[in-house]
Amino acid sequence: MTAPPSEATVAPGHGLRDIAPAGRSAPARDVAETEWTRGRELRWRLRRWILSPQAPLMVLGFALVLGFWYLAVDVFELPRFRALPGPTEVIREWTSRDPAYGTSIFTSSYYTDIWMSLRRVAIAFCFALALGVPLGLAMGASARFRHYSFPVLELLRPIPILAWVPLAILMFQTDEAPVVFLTFLAAFFATTLNALLGVQSIDENLVRAARCLGAPPWRVFRTVIVPGALPYIFTGLQVAVGVSWFSLVAGEMIAGQHGLGYLINSSYTTTRYPTIVIAMITLGIVGFLSSAAVRAVGNRLMAYRTRGGGR
Amino acid sequence: MSAVVAQAPPGVNAGAISIREVGKSYGEGKGRVVALERCSFEIAPGEFRVIVGPSGCGKTTLLGAIAGFHPITEGEIRLDGELLCGPGVPQARPGGDRVVVFQHSTLFPWMTVLDNVTYGPVVQGRMTRDEARERARDQLAAAGLVGYEDLYPGELSSGVARRVEIVRALVNEPRVLLLDEPFRGMDSITKSVMQQGLLELYDRSRVTVFFITHDIEEAVFLGSRVSVMSTRPGRVQATIDVDIPRPREVGVLTSPCFRELVGQVSELVRDEARRAFEAGERELA
Repeated sequence: MTAPPSEATVAPGHGLRDIAPAGRSAPARDVAETEWTRGRELRWRLRRWILSPQAPLMVLGFALVLGFWYLAVDVFELPRFRALPGPTEVIREWTSRDPAYGTSIFTSSYYTDIWMSLRRVAIAFCFALALGVPLGLAMGASARFRHYSFPVLELLRPIPILAWVPLAILMFQTDEAPVVFLTFLAAFFATTLNALLGVQSIDENLVRAARCLGAPPWRVFRTVIVPGALPYIFTGLQVAVGVSWFSLVAGEMIAGQHGLGYLINSSYTTTRYPTIVIAMITLGIVGFLSSAAVRAVGNRLMAYRTRGGGR
Repeated sequence: MSAVVAQAPPGVNAGAISIREVGKSYGEGKGRVVALERCSFEIAPGEFRVIVGPSGCGKTTLLGAIAGFHPITEGEIRLDGELLCGPGVPQARPGGDRVVVFQHSTLFPWMTVLDNVTYGPVVQGRMTRDEARERARDQLAAAGLVGYEDLYPGELSSGVARRVEIVRALVNEPRVLLLDEPFRGMDSITKSVMQQGLLELYDRSRVTVFFITHDIEEAVFLGSRVSVMSTRPGRVQATIDVDIPRPREVGVLTSPCFRELVGQVSELVRDEARRAFEAGERELA
């Protein structure tokens, strides 16, 4: 690799002057640049995070919650907390090669449950993305289409997902489909609405500018409407992942086989209490990771926002 | 009139604009607002025409009608004799021959400077991406904007962004460049740099310019002719030739000739503003 291009040294929010002259051949430069930037950027961000007051505060936050749980359940056996599984029991069970209640990081059923839940969320999320984003964009771009579709959407949206359960079971005869459908539904509304808001948030003069630079309508849609709505679309997708997990667990508790929601419910009915907490914490972790993944994709697609220091 | 012709030949693509008896009203019945009424004037090819007038005199409405953002209700607008809008065609079609630079930046924030500048030629299919890029680099360089190509608009200062936007418009070789108070809200130092930059670009391209402003010194410094618009009805009240030779430097700003022209225009604008204000008062009473 050649000497690091000077772009890489441009920390977000900094300067015009560090820009390398546009002399080198483009492809070679791009490859070198991305590799170099990525490695350095990662290290830089990690270092900054560890040195920031954020890291110790985060550890402190976790310690406080865990400490409270430990004291309330294991040490003082406070009323109401007495019946709950304590952290020592949960952690021992979770990491046991031979778990007393049948679920730990060494049992395959644990991963089957995670996988089933992840798969359902992924399918539902993809459907929500594939249907919700185009629908929301169309609603934003065409007033006519919006006039007859928006009221319907706004009427259906406030219906709690749980209210759909009987219909979902009636509609789909299998075990799997009703759960995916419920999960999809929640994600779909969030996605559609935000795509619509995204289009409406676009400065009208940007569209005018594109038109008077000679862009035909479909080109305006592709080059202005879609990227202009992207920040809102990703906000919608973040919300969608969140509500997906929410309605997934609700669905799994009522219908379906396997999955973390199912695990919680079946552990409850068979009094395997530590397993409930294991499943809950696992939900927290996978929920967080899926949200982070969506955010990472968004940041990648909207590099201009982080680089430009935001607008 | 002769002042315009005497200065320099118009650019190759520079178009002539003819505005005849144009009227534009919003709403109906009691709430009807007349923005333009029997507004007529001509702009010669390669002329730098500045429109000044009090707020609400219909300057921006007129610009929007030429650009094709909204329909007119009466009269006609022609570009090189071709009907843009008029009887039977209420609204012009926006197109790359009439490019607008707005008061607030409309650079696409998700595109780099280079992609912004090549946007017009590429979407119009006039050039391949590579040709457009080469041309854009040349034009940016000519405007003194080297090193910004790969930055996003959010990384530019407002002055640089403004210049990029003007280059983005000029790269299309429009028949007329429409500017709607492009330097409004800038501090006076930036503004003067911007004006100088715009004049350099104008002197090079000799495109026809339609420039709206509130700033009378700016109007006289930039314009070949300055038209003062009146409110209710919105139409051109008077047009003044600016017989100051080009290229113009900042030194012009202190010349007696410049001061006198500014005085003349100020007087006209003041009269119009007072009339508009009084008309407003009467309406409220």
